[in-house]
Amino acid sequence: MAKGKKVPEKILRQVPFCPGCGHGIIVRLMMECIEELGYNDNVLIGKPVGCASLLDNALAVDTFTGAHGRNGASMTTIKRLKPDMLVVSYQGDGDAYNIGFSETMNAAYRNEKFTVITINNGNFGMTGGQMAWTSMPGQVTATSVNGRNVELSGMPIRVPEMIASSFDTAYVARGSLFTPAEIKKTKSYIKKAMQAQIDGVGHSLVEVLSPCPTNWGLTPLASMERIVNELVPYFPLGEIKNKGGK
Amino acid sequence: MGDMVKGNIAMGEAAIRAGMHIYCGYPITPSSEVMEYLSWRAQEAGRQFIQAANEGEAMYMVYGAASIGSRVLTASSGLGISLKQEGVTYMAAADYPAVMINVCRYGDGLGSLESGQTDYKRETRGGGNGDYRNIVLSPSTVQEAVDLVYLAFDLSEKYRNIVVILTEGALGQMMEDCDYPPMKEVPYYDWAFDGKYTHGPYPSQMAVDLHAKGIKNNEKRAAITENEQRWEAVGVEDAEYVLFAYGIPGRVVLGIVDELRKKGEKVGIIRPISLWPFPQKAFDSINKNVKGFISVETADSGQMLEDVALYAKKKGFGNVPCYFISSPPGVPKSKFVLENFEAIKAGKVKEVF
Ligand SMILES: Cc1ncc(C[n+]2csc(CCOP(=O)(O)OP(=O)(O)O)c2C)c(N)n1
Ligand code: SF4
Repeated sequence: MAKGKKVPEKILRQVPFCPGCGHGIIVRLMMECIEELGYNDNVLIGKPVGCASLLDNALAVDTFTGAHGRNGASMTTIKRLKPDMLVVSYQGDGDAYNIGFSETMNAAYRNEKFTVITINNGNFGMTGGQMAWTSMPGQVTATSVNGRNVELSGMPIRVPEMIASSFDTAYVARGSLFTPAEIKKTKSYIKKAMQAQIDGVGHSLVEVLSPCPTNWGLTPLASMERIVNELVPYFPLGEIKNKGGK
Repeated sequence: MGDMVKGNIAMGEAAIRAGMHIYCGYPITPSSEVMEYLSWRAQEAGRQFIQAANEGEAMYMVYGAASIGSRVLTASSGLGISLKQEGVTYMAAADYPAVMINVCRYGDGLGSLESGQTDYKRETRGGGNGDYRNIVLSPSTVQEAVDLVYLAFDLSEKYRNIVVILTEGALGQMMEDCDYPPMKEVPYYDWAFDGKYTHGPYPSQMAVDLHAKGIKNNEKRAAITENEQRWEAVGVEDAEYVLFAYGIPGRVVLGIVDELRKKGEKVGIIRPISLWPFPQKAFDSINKNVKGFISVETADSGQMLEDVALYAKKKGFGNVPCYFISSPPGVPKSKFVLENFEAIKAGKVKEVF
């Protein structure tokens, strides 16, 4: 019989994400990695504005309430002033790639030595499922009711590839959650990203393709199928850059 | 006697002396020398410096730096400070301290590079959303700029509130004698994030009882209003007219008042040093039979004038007419101010309030 894994000590309560949402799994992976790396008592998490706001008072670690999209900037000074602290910025795709594109890219550009985890669910979950830069061509959202017209709004953005190809950062990967094996892989990416920070190699970012059944109008299962069939072909999974440890 | 130093550089050095840990900013005339100076001086003094991609990013860097209890400074001018406002209001919501220098230019939009005081309303009311107020201090000499920057870090920490140094291009660029205060090394504040969850959950900005917090904030603002009014007053006890002017115009008007009083004219000046809290206590020594209040500002419209009228009313001078002298961009000319003052006395100018 498979043994259930203990919930990380620093998770205080259940977080009321919608059923089938990917956020809960990713938060858990993040907290497991922090615990396993021995940083439970030397960590700061940058919380964004978005569905992850639900994390309020859910984690027994220092949790910074960022301005929408701006944690690339705020984590920069925190990490520079506290270089021994593990600094993790947890951000939605709207947060990190739309409103916070400049801050996200500039932090990577400067190779700031903190870790970013972005949740690519292809829309603005919290505010009712509006179009994000990650929304797929033709995707129906609250602000693209006839389907995303990429001629007018651009093709979905692949920030990890942009960072990996343009900037001298330490680690970039994209994971998903549609099978236990994928979840395990994603966890290993998050851990390596944090390790790159701990080793002082540089900036690290892991994007996770994550279901938002509520705004996609799909069941949790159908959401996972959509990720496999529609998203993975456009957002390839795996390590995009790994400079290795020191 | 101290060294001849440019205002902007003197403020940068004062911040180092006050124990500033980090500077985050983006260049803009006429404030850039603060940043240029700190770009090497911070490192020399074992402190940090970041050039951000824009003023907004700089402010979110300030927000992060404040959250771990460091002493943090940013400086900019006019529209650069406009860009910072979302970060400013987030910091107000989080009760985080920081010092922000506005070396003010003149006008709306890009404005003019010439010295101005057109940001008074934004700084004293708080330019972002919500109810907060920043403490605003305005120097009229390089020495005073140094002393106020030094003080600003302590006030900011005491009240967990942003302190704005509102100065003008002319002062930032001016060279004057100044003495520096002693060098301080300050540890990170202990109420802040330390990575150990020492203080438990930080009050969320959404989940708190906002009204209850608002009432606490009112108590804080009342304490600041009571304790932190600063001003210089000359001749107000017997004055028929009291002029109000801060910063560089404050200095010019001090000279005018001095000259007029030597000639026997009953005229006085109140030079606010704290713009918020406005020095309403200064009204307590004003001649009860004063005939008029006159605000002299390097601005198109009377911005401080509104505060003069407001507090005049509060202090029992509600029937005293309040006039405005609008000085054009740059340092006010004594002759210009004097002519306008004579016109007011002669009844040729209508009061604004
Ligand atoms: C300055 C500002 N603009 C807009 C908003 C409204 N807003 C809150 S969350 C959000 C989008 C969140 O989407 P995402 O980052 O993808 O996170 P998700 O909720 O999908 O996890 C928006 C537009 C805000 N809080 N602040
Ligand atoms: S709206 Fe979407 S992203 Fe937000 S909690 Fe629900 S499923 Fe998750």
